[in-house]
Amino acid sequence: MISLTAPFTEDKIRALKVGDEVAITGVLFTGRDAVHKYLHEGGALPPGVDLRNGILYHCGPVVIKDEQGQWKCVAAGPTTSAREEPYQGQIIRQFGLRGVIGKGGMGERTLAACQEAGCVYLHAVGGAAQVLGECITKVRNVYLMDQFGAPEAIWEFEVKAFPAVVTMDSHGKSLHQEVLAASQAELAKLV
Amino acid sequence: MKQLHDSLVELIRRASAEIPDDVQAALLRSLEEEKKGTIAESALQIVQRNIELAKQKSQPICQDTGSILFYVDCPVGFDEISFADTAREAVKLATKKGYLRQNSVDSITGKNDGTNVGPGAPTLHFHQHRSPEVAVRLMLKGGGCENVGAQYSLPIERLKADRDLPGCRKVILDAVLQAQGKGCGPGVLGVCVGGDRATSYEFSKQQLLRKLDDRNPVPELDALEQDIVNTANKLGIGPMGFGGKTTLLGVKIGAANRVPASYFVSVSYMCWAFRRQGVTLGADGQIEKWLY
Ligand code: SF4
Repeated sequence: MISLTAPFTEDKIRALKVGDEVAITGVLFTGRDAVHKYLHEGGALPPGVDLRNGILYHCGPVVIKDEQGQWKCVAAGPTTSAREEPYQGQIIRQFGLRGVIGKGGMGERTLAACQEAGCVYLHAVGGAAQVLGECITKVRNVYLMDQFGAPEAIWEFEVKAFPAVVTMDSHGKSLHQEVLAASQAELAKLV
Repeated sequence: MKQLHDSLVELIRRASAEIPDDVQAALLRSLEEEKKGTIAESALQIVQRNIELAKQKSQPICQDTGSILFYVDCPVGFDEISFADTAREAVKLATKKGYLRQNSVDSITGKNDGTNVGPGAPTLHFHQHRSPEVAVRLMLKGGGCENVGAQYSLPIERLKADRDLPGCRKVILDAVLQAQGKGCGPGVLGVCVGGDRATSYEFSKQQLLRKLDDRNPVPELDALEQDIVNTANKLGIGPMGFGGKTTLLGVKIGAANRVPASYFVSVSYMCWAFRRQGVTLGADGQIEKWLY
């Protein structure tokens, strides 16, 4: 397990390789379908959201307000990243992201953007909402809530030792491509 | 109605926070089988920790609490309308309590009113039977795994899949290949051979109400179920598509009649976070027995 602690510099990110398990400590911003479409169409980042050298988390959390009116995150696993493939490469380049966390991996264009801009794709365990939710030590803020609703809003989380696996690195390697090719070859033998 | 309302809220809570025993047993088996020290093993360990935490904290196993599907077996004369009203109220309360995410979106406006209630949400299927018993089964079907479901209209040249059981095998395995990484594996397949487009998908989902360790009473389908699990687990896709031994935890296949011109095979994919629970209800709506 490699600890990946803020600030997420290009050097730290370039040192990561496919198959590395990391524990992330720092700030994450969530963003899923609505946010990607919005940014892709030229929407402005709300004041307070800074993605430069940041990590974007494909996640629609369950967040409730406790008795004191404080936000509390009760579940926060990753959502399927492939849906953001049409937008992700541009967003990585334009906003200077260093990491994207999600599940299921992404395609060629994102892989190329990772290589070019110094970014990695980090795969969190899909469905592990509780384990990952425990790693969120603080809900700092929420943006675009009225426009998009709770699961689609941008949440700003502080995380500690958030576990993920590097499945696409900044050297053009993708575990998803490898497993797909191997499983396709295996299936061809079995049918 | 109060009793019924409370029972349904409890059914939702438990479905969302606790994995059924049969699924847990299959997941533990797969953890044992996975090679030690791999990322596949560590993914399954996180899955186990997650299951424990969710139960202990009475919180959703996965944040995508899914489409809310009720399957109700009820006697003749049962008041479906008031049951449906009560179920909708129970869903609203369960959402307020955080057992369910605010997960239901108006498809036209994109608005989410935060209640999980709206056209088609929740979905209720009633099935009348001769017994006086009322049995309510609930499935929370996540979107990630729902998106990798597939329907094939046979024959399919690309896959060399004809209108026969070997053809069915080919398309089902193709669905497994295509789903890799996306549906939070290891998963479970519900499959229907036949039907029209709508009933075929519907029947495929109902297969997921079967327990993982049951056996198909139709010998051909039973053989196909075993074969697909074994073959899929040789593909090396593994948990989360990280590579590894467990790609599927189970396959359940049913058949429905078709018209001569059509031959559909529909595959519903369920993720490891297999949330289904069920209860039988007493006369006042109190829970009598848990079904899974
Ligand atoms: S596929 Fe299942 S486990 Fe994965 S995020 Fe969706 S509901 Fe959760």
